[in-house]
Order: sequence, then structure tokens, then C-alpha cells
Amino acid sequence: MTLFNLVLVGIGGFAGAIARFTVSKSLNNSSTTMPIGTLAVNILGSFLLGLITGMQANEAIILLVGTGFLGAFTTFSTFKLEVIQIHFKQYKKALITYILLTYGVGIVMSFIGYVVGRLF
Amino acid sequence: MVYLLIGLAGALGAMLRYMVGITLWTDSIFPFATLTVNLLGSFLLAWLTTALFKRISISPMLASAIGTGFVGSFTTFSTLSVETVEMMTNGHAILAILYVAISIIGGMFMSRIGFKVSREGEGI
Repeated sequence: MTLFNLVLVGIGGFAGAIARFTVSKSLNNSSTTMPIGTLAVNILGSFLLGLITGMQANEAIILLVGTGFLGAFTTFSTFKLEVIQIHFKQYKKALITYILLTYGVGIVMSFIGYVVGRLF
Repeated sequence: MVYLLIGLAGALGAMLRYMVGITLWTDSIFPFATLTVNLLGSFLLAWLTTALFKRISISPMLASAIGTGFVGSFTTFSTLSVETVEMMTNGHAILAILYVAISIIGGMFMSRIGFKVSREGEGI
């Protein structure tokens, strides 16, 4: 590990966390049971990481944009916290929909991103 | 100000995730490193949100920096998606399904444990 690599990840993570916070704050609406903001960042981030992985971008780009920015832009812990909160409220339909949408659409979008990235 | 704190905490979380990734299980085809940070982070966020942030007087800004910034960036979903696609396309479909299943069930379990641990501590 070089210090330079770590700094690249840190800069990406700095921007990624702020971007996620901004998107979540504007889209997560307490009047709906579904946390649209978290869903949006996870799906969009999965697509974009698939894209740069498919493009076989150089190491510095992967670390800055992939590991740093997109890694921090998307989140697993908040998603799981929201899942448990929906579970506690006993919104069974919303719970299953949220899990299926995140994993299903997230992984499919990541695959599409990967395929598109390979074209470049 | 809250943006700056979330950014700094996010940078720390991302760097820690990167260090785990280049240190542990680097020669494995199964993404143990991502799974570890994700499960650990799920426990940590549930525990922090319910126990620590409510019991000790911490400013909402600092709570956002630690929860949303640090733990949120320490865990990741995009890497999970890409790793699943890579295992699928490399002929490791069973491992890919196993990875998603453990993430779904394990993540919920760890988050649940985080809540449970914090509730048991409420009487103290």
C-alpha cells in the first residue's frame, strides 16, 4: 500500500459521503415507507462502478472513483438499518420490495454498467 | 459545517475499508473483506443509532458524521453488486448466490443484534 493510493481513496470517500448525504436528505421522505434516497444511491452507484470496472480504468481512477467515491456514495449499513426499521413497523410488503429492489436492480444495473463499459 | 464533518468521516471510513480490502483474504475468490466490513458496519450503525447516540449527549451533527459519514462509507453496496456480477460471469454462480444470501440474511441479523445489544444495555 502506498500512501498515495490511500489518499486517493480518502479524497473519493470525502466526496462520496457528502454526495450520499445530499441525495438522501433530498429524496428520503418520511411520508413514504420506502427510503428512496438510499435506494437511488445504491442503484446508481452499482451501475457506475460496473461501468468503470468494465472499462478497465487505470488503478488511480479505480481507487479514486471506484473504491473511494462510489464505495462511500453507496452504503450497506444504512440500507440494513432501514430494513430493520421497516421490519419493526411490520410493513411486510415494503420490506420485501425494498430488499428485492436494492439487490435485484442494483446487481442488474451493475451488470448493464459492466457490459456498457466493455464497449469503451 | 455538517458537510465537512461528514466528508472527513467518510474519507476515514473509505480508507479503513480499503485497508481491510488490501490486508485480509486478498487471495480469495470469495469477497470475504467486503462481507466483513458490511456485516460489521451493519451491527455498528444499529448499535450506535439506538444506544450510544441516545444515551450520551452527542450533537446531531457529530452523530451524522459518525453514522452517515464514517459507518456509511465504511460499508458499501456498489462493490457488493460488482463482485456478484464478477463471480457470475467467471463461472462461480453458486458462490455469487451464497454471497447475496449471506449479505441479505447476515446483514439483517447483524443490524438486529445491534438493536438488541443496545436495548439490553438500557437498564444500566
